[in-house]
Amino acid sequence: MTAPFELSDDSVVVIIGTGAGGGVLANELAQKGVSVVALEAGGRHLPQDFINDEWDSFGQLAWLDPRTTSGDWRVAKDFSGLPAWIVKSVGGTTQHWAGASLRFQDYEWKARTTYGDVEGANLLDWPIDQAEMDPWYTMAEDKLGVTRTGDRPGLPGNNNYKVFEAGAKKLGYKEVHTGRMAINSDNNRDRAMCQQTGFCFQGCKWGAKWSAGYVDIPEGEATGNLEVRSNSHVARILHNEAGKVTGVEYFDKDGNSQMQKARIVCVAGNSFESPRLLLNSASEMFPNGLANSSDQVGRNYMRHMTGSVYAVFDKPVKMWRGTTMAGIIQDESKHDPSRGFVGGYELETLSLGLPFMAAFLDPGAWGREFTSALDQYENMAGMWIVGEDMPQEDNRVTLNMDVKDQHGLPVANVHFDEHPNDVAMRNHAYQQGQAVYDAVGATRTFPTPPYPSTHNLGTNRMSENPEDGVVNKWGQTHDIENLFVSDGSQFTTGAAENPTLTIVALAIRQADHIAREMSAGNI
Amino acid sequence: MMSDTKSPKGLTRRQLLSRASAAGASFVVGAGFLAAPNGAWAMTTDALKPETMASLVQMARDIYPHDQVGDEYYVIAVKGYDTVEAAPGIEEGIAKLNAAAQAAGHDSYLAAGWERDRVDILRSIEDDGFFQQIRGGLVTGLYNQKAVWPIFGYEGASFEFGGYIDRGFDDINWL
Repeated sequence: MTAPFELSDDSVVVIIGTGAGGGVLANELAQKGVSVVALEAGGRHLPQDFINDEWDSFGQLAWLDPRTTSGDWRVAKDFSGLPAWIVKSVGGTTQHWAGASLRFQDYEWKARTTYGDVEGANLLDWPIDQAEMDPWYTMAEDKLGVTRTGDRPGLPGNNNYKVFEAGAKKLGYKEVHTGRMAINSDNNRDRAMCQQTGFCFQGCKWGAKWSAGYVDIPEGEATGNLEVRSNSHVARILHNEAGKVTGVEYFDKDGNSQMQKARIVCVAGNSFESPRLLLNSASEMFPNGLANSSDQVGRNYMRHMTGSVYAVFDKPVKMWRGTTMAGIIQDESKHDPSRGFVGGYELETLSLGLPFMAAFLDPGAWGREFTSALDQYENMAGMWIVGEDMPQEDNRVTLNMDVKDQHGLPVANVHFDEHPNDVAMRNHAYQQGQAVYDAVGATRTFPTPPYPSTHNLGTNRMSENPEDGVVNKWGQTHDIENLFVSDGSQFTTGAAENPTLTIVALAIRQADHIAREMSAGNI
Repeated sequence: MMSDTKSPKGLTRRQLLSRASAAGASFVVGAGFLAAPNGAWAMTTDALKPETMASLVQMARDIYPHDQVGDEYYVIAVKGYDTVEAAPGIEEGIAKLNAAAQAAGHDSYLAAGWERDRVDILRSIEDDGFFQQIRGGLVTGLYNQKAVWPIFGYEGASFEFGGYIDRGFDDINWL
């Protein structure tokens, strides 16, 4: 049941974006009896709508509105108009994510203290820590049904995992398993069990993988307290003379401009669109954009240190069969500066279908060195590298005033230069990843460059002191008490782990805080 | 698309080949058509000169050479350029390619008999927009053809078969 709220209803919480942050926040607030209007730029796509074909699915789900890039990262050269592979849909990128659900480690909440002064890095400790987050993580794991947490069994390992596990064990790695995944591993829950179909990135047609799009959003709507307006692109957040936000201006599904009043506005459009919206909301009172007295809006963009390693064997692997991210090596996810860098990284299996392998194995490459690798596609195994990257002030999202989107709004330019720590960590990970496959007889290995970013973090970061960041420990902006940030752009630092579980845990915690403060009449 | 590879105007293979002349070692071309030397496939062209299409198909194969993939798939991958809108740019690009071949001492791109010679010619123009247009288009034009996937062993979607849970997701037997 969808609750229709009036545009003039100034008692509602408006949430912009319905992914891991906004979608969860919307449901959690609705469950607590709070009236919520969620504005989502994308359309609604349910499991039966998903397409198990890489390019067709990309056309269906990916955020393809224009963006621009700059900086020395290879993505700016290979995919200059596509800095990220993220989703425009009800449910956001939880439609596309692989499902890896890992908690931060204790030291990662205090990167500045642990790593010390790293030249060129704008490191900062989070204003929260493991003890604070543990109970929220447990709630997040229960919501997502994360395997190997609670009483939930792990998923079985597919062929790609078996190669990876055998190599890891030969290398002496100990923490190797089929992951903590938000993919149902048995028949005892609301969602279907994983059928090892592959195409996790294209949306799970079984609904075995958790997505805010078909789990939290319908749950929230069933309360009668949540109205989701899809195909609604927010252009600007509005405020009054007292400097409090009063609502939003958005383009509805027909392209008409609408104004929705609000008691509270929560921004959850991901680390590109959230700062873009705050910057595009500049006014006479806030000439540098909303919540930007620190000049930190858009800065400290992090994308995780990533890369992939693919390997060819003399016999078939058929890596595309089964769960896309089917297992993990965690031994390198630690802070051990003797390796030549601070922070750590995870190795996680990954597979791409032939069409995406052709696009991503070595973008721009041609000739027999490239095609002889693809000739062995059936004999390939693959893994993805994900590690902590350094926040840098000049890695940032800014408005590109020369390029406008379909609504006439300046688009986000994403600037990223790699930090030497990122490069050293990637080189270490390439070596280790190649060693894993060499240990089980790889005849050829490929240190594959990063894809367009899926983990986009840090552009409205959380800080104890208002001058260091954009939001406080609740995700509430330092400058405007009824304006919140609810997505991964809150991240103070990125840690080594896939970010979704942390985004979800923060959203559950933020919902609790907002509901409490609303009842107390504080906001 | 496959109808494009049938003999034009119902000609027999012998009739067809009798009206054609060789273009490199891989193709024969005639008025408005292009064919394999053994007549295994043939296509008509709408806007491009058949010689241009022959060069384009050879260029596609030299960029992404897969010896187990037949020319007909490369033809399909570049057939989209055979339109009134696209043809002038392609004719110009292939003319430049032939000029580069002549600068390297060959009569034309197609006349360079060894792949390594043709690859050298391509390397000399690889930063040009034309080369990048053709290469970029092939990434989807060639590898996103479902008919090509089985040649690489790729099985595509499995949802309609119930996934791989009972069909070998963990059947590896050589570790």
